[in-house]
Amino acid sequence: MKIHIPTPLRAFTDKQETVSVEGATVNEGLAALVATYPAMQANLYTPEGKLRSFVNVYLNEDDVRYLPGKEDSPVKADDELTIIPSIAGGACCLAGCCCR
Amino acid sequence: MIATEDFIETAAELPKLTNEEIARYSRHLILPEVGMEGQQKLKAAKVLCVGTGGLGAPLALYLTAAGVGTIGLVDFDVVDESNLQRQIIHSQATVGKLKVDSAEIMLKGLNKNVNVVKHNTMLTSANALEIFKEYDVIADGTDNFQTRYLVNDACVLTGKPNAYGSIFRFEGQASVFATEEGPCYRCLYPEPPPPGLVPSCAEGGVLGILPGLVGVIQATEVIKLILGIGEPLIGRLLLVDALSMGFRTLKLRKNPECPACGTHEIKELIDYDQFCGIAPPTETGPLEVSSFANVAAVAEVDGIPQMSVEELKARWDKGDKPFVLDVREPHEYAIVNIGVPQIPLGTLTGRLSELPADKNAEIILQCKSGARSQKASLALKEAGYTNVHNLAGGILAWADRIDTSLPKY
Repeated sequence: MKIHIPTPLRAFTDKQETVSVEGATVNEGLAALVATYPAMQANLYTPEGKLRSFVNVYLNEDDVRYLPGKEDSPVKADDELTIIPSIAGGACCLAGCCCR
Repeated sequence: MIATEDFIETAAELPKLTNEEIARYSRHLILPEVGMEGQQKLKAAKVLCVGTGGLGAPLALYLTAAGVGTIGLVDFDVVDESNLQRQIIHSQATVGKLKVDSAEIMLKGLNKNVNVVKHNTMLTSANALEIFKEYDVIADGTDNFQTRYLVNDACVLTGKPNAYGSIFRFEGQASVFATEEGPCYRCLYPEPPPPGLVPSCAEGGVLGILPGLVGVIQATEVIKLILGIGEPLIGRLLLVDALSMGFRTLKLRKNPECPACGTHEIKELIDYDQFCGIAPPTETGPLEVSSFANVAAVAEVDGIPQMSVEELKARWDKGDKPFVLDVREPHEYAIVNIGVPQIPLGTLTGRLSELPADKNAEIILQCKSGARSQKASLALKEAGYTNVHNLAGGILAWADRIDTSLPKY
């Protein structure tokens, strides 16, 4: 599957806009992403290993939270995951707020 | 669809267009989707632009040009020259003026018929409902999470649609929230991010053109809502990537559990600073340096001794050579620096071998305004360094008070 990386997180993916990973579910895809780019771990997951609540993950056009299988939803090879952080003008949830 | 009798009644109530207006809006009038009635609807419409910055500038300009009768502007700021890279409603001549006054000059210059209502205030829980109730559509062009949630909740409570736009670096988002049938901002983002989650400032900044792109999308949505044409971005989130020039839309669902628009648990506005985990501004502390020019000097913040720029200068003048480290990013170092080594905050803990081997040696950390270097100081203290100082005010204070020939950014 292809994962779309938002600009604030591209610093952790060697500036890659999209990353192709293997995995049968949303969770497996994200785990593969983190395995390739370990710095993504703290950005996507809480210390307890839960997906951070203000980071939305979409499978194709749909919010994973509203899929019946949620993060365990099955993913096909040509599916696309999109990570959507909350952004607010000068601030982004993934980039701190110290340089306004 | 509006029933025929309502339609006639509404049309009769709409303000008439003068001959001058008919000539001015002729390119609208010959579009059947707008026509006389649509132009009259625009004339009758009242739109509130929250913020007259990067997004609010093109938004208010195009709405004014299009013939929206009343434009409300909420902003408490004054125009700074660094705004002009993107905030095209302001100009060289209005630097230093209140943004609402500056914007009014430009809007009236564009269209003499527009009624500009200025709200020279910070939007707060205390005034938002009162301000919003005078308008038909709200356009959120703010730059912080607290105000995003405030605007959203106030829109839900007053039943006003929110033409939402947001930008960051090269990326934008747009949607229409808080319509009766559609989702609201809280359906998409139930919780705000904790402040300063990732201590990186490398990701700041915005491409000046991007708010133009996104602000014009917001303006388009506002016009569609007023005219009742097309398919507004209700239940859809538009993602704009200026680097790839990619536009994608994702489906948004109304969350039945949403405390704002689902369960209606939120019956009044709350304290959004608290909700977003942001302490109200105080007079001291390194985080406030950039917003409060005259910060009272404090000796210590969270156990980190604060050094003034004067003290560092005096130390250097008498020949002392403490280890001073700039923790900003390379592209910032390239703009201006004070000739000390540099390791970005984000990579600091992985590069401790570049610091003095003696963990008791004096280390002074410097950044742009003192906030990142404070974080870096705490990280070094955590790593066992015992004599770490934060340069209060950072290189901005140095440029203000020690070497005024240095540029500030």
